[in-house]
Amino acid sequence: MPLSTQSQADDEQYVLVASMDNARNLSNILKAITFKDQAIFSATPNGLKVTVEDSKCLQANAFIQAEIFQEFTIKEDLVGFQVNLTVLLDCLSIFGGSTVPGVSTALRMCYKGYGYPLTLFLEEGGVVTVCKINTQEPEEPIDFEFCSNNVTNKVILLSESLKEAFSELDMTSEVLQITMSPSQPYFRLSTFGNSGNAHYDYPKDSEMMELFKCTKTQTNRYKMSLLKPSTKALALSCKVSVRTDIRGFLSLQYLVRNDDGQICFVEYYCCPDEEVEEE
Amino acid sequence: MDCVVTGGNVKVLAKAIHSLSRIGDELYVEPQDDGLALRSVNSSRSAYACFLFAPLFFSRYTVPGGHTFRCKMAIKSVQAVFRSLASLEKTVEKCHIELDEQKNRLTFTLHCKHGLLKTHNLSFQDSESLQAVFDKDSYANVFRSHPRLLVDTVVHFPPSLEEVTVSVSDERMWVRNHVEEEDQSKAMLTELCLASDEFDHFAVQTHNSVTFCLKELRGLLVFAESTGLPISMYFDEPGSPVVLSVTDSVLEGNFVLATLSDDPNKRKNNSRRAHTPPPPPDDFMNDDIDAYLIAMDTSIAPGPSATGPPTTPLAASTCSKQPAAANHRTRLYSEEEEEEEEEETADSAGPPNKKFCSLFFGSVLPPSSQMTTQPVTSQEVLASDSEDDEQ
Repeated sequence: MPLSTQSQADDEQYVLVASMDNARNLSNILKAITFKDQAIFSATPNGLKVTVEDSKCLQANAFIQAEIFQEFTIKEDLVGFQVNLTVLLDCLSIFGGSTVPGVSTALRMCYKGYGYPLTLFLEEGGVVTVCKINTQEPEEPIDFEFCSNNVTNKVILLSESLKEAFSELDMTSEVLQITMSPSQPYFRLSTFGNSGNAHYDYPKDSEMMELFKCTKTQTNRYKMSLLKPSTKALALSCKVSVRTDIRGFLSLQYLVRNDDGQICFVEYYCCPDEEVEEE
Repeated sequence: MDCVVTGGNVKVLAKAIHSLSRIGDELYVEPQDDGLALRSVNSSRSAYACFLFAPLFFSRYTVPGGHTFRCKMAIKSVQAVFRSLASLEKTVEKCHIELDEQKNRLTFTLHCKHGLLKTHNLSFQDSESLQAVFDKDSYANVFRSHPRLLVDTVVHFPPSLEEVTVSVSDERMWVRNHVEEEDQSKAMLTELCLASDEFDHFAVQTHNSVTFCLKELRGLLVFAESTGLPISMYFDEPGSPVVLSVTDSVLEGNFVLATLSDDPNKRKNNSRRAHTPPPPPDDFMNDDIDAYLIAMDTSIAPGPSATGPPTTPLAASTCSKQPAAANHRTRLYSEEEEEEEEEETADSAGPPNKKFCSLFFGSVLPPSSQMTTQPVTSQEVLASDSEDDEQ
């Protein structure tokens, strides 16, 4: 593969080099968080974290561990930059994203450091494309201060059942209300739309419910428009964990398996709607 | 009201609702002693459909005691309850429909696989009675066939086609697209001929020809095809509605579509057609007015039928009323060609809808003589009287 013939000397100048035989393993997971153009990239020796935020109320993170990459070399403890995610995704699929088995785009992502563009070497079938995307000063991602100690309710559901509910959600409803409780209705998604309200109830002993740990009854509402993008992550995932903390903040964690069966995570944090909680 | 639908019947119910949505925007719900009636009507009141589900269709069926209950709601809301038809069979175990009269809510609860419970609380409005009056058993021509026959026939017409004309003789049925006179040279005319032996039942008493809107029929075709139920078709003279039905032991669906009426200009040619006695001068007036369906927009009433309802005798060759048929008809009814031309001017003058409307619901009568229980609301845009000046 032409990319691997790059000389050792070239690599000296990069603070971050990450290679992947199949660029789809990166692009698919990034598509799950592409609801805004700008993304903050944070690389550590553990791997890559990509963050997208919306109106200071929603944050989505995609984690791709170092092990997923065929090569992951980082010269600093933390390398951060901001790029246009849409442009990055366009580059990753520059060869048209064909689904012919055995044919994939190989990727080598390199970064020289502050002020330098993000360089992508993409190869498919002997053809190499070099893309240089301008980077910006990374903004500080919001710290939602969501810690396990403050988690009041947690469930893990098989994505299959949640996918059905999300695809049917009444979009005329401005909010999605989530009720979690140690007693009936256990786990409930509710919408309040033009024609009436709808409730989707998951019992705690359902086969779809892998884990059910609810300590107190909580009902919180979240803006539908904020949560809508999470359906992309849901579509890719096989399991999802839903947690709320004492403040009513929501954490959705999706377990995604890539083309090669490796596991990556996507998480969404969302603030509850300011409106008074009824019901 | 409290009813439960289980197993495969949930999908049948959902499909019926989806087919009603092809007719109108609102679903009229009326739990009756003989079953649950779901109805819909289009905005110009020229198409009406009703599905009646017998109590045996349900695993539990109770009606509100002591009083008749009727309501209507946006059909889209009900469709949202049964969104993915394909997965309904696999995921839904039962559907519970419950009425909460205090809160004006109709609750649909779907009990699904894996314990998932979907509850939809839909708000409704009180509604007037919606019931078209038709006596299909009295119609001259009756046919019955497997839905495949009609589906295969209709597939030859573009989805955008508005109207078709169905004509029959003793042994044949012709289906063609209806094209206005002025468009004849530009339009593609398609005609299919079906032999009587392709039908399970083919009984023709009068060789009529009726023109009606195809679009609204497609909903029934989809329903019938998926349930495999044979479709029965009844029609009489032009102007009288065409009725298509599906029945089995636990349900009955009727789609009633208005047909274009004959033009009064043809009256002078009555003498040529003597085999059937002309209907009384004003057919509609003889019917029980009170039994007519309340169209809120009956104020558009004075349509062509006001002065000349289907008075023209329906001789064996009545099809001549169809302007588009001119070319095709020649070989069958050559002597009527000249009448067709006269007719065309009248027919093509107004939008077909208007004629459908006024004929179908007997809205020849001034609003005040319509059922008093029905509020007459503002005029429907479609039914403008101004075009009707050839009468």
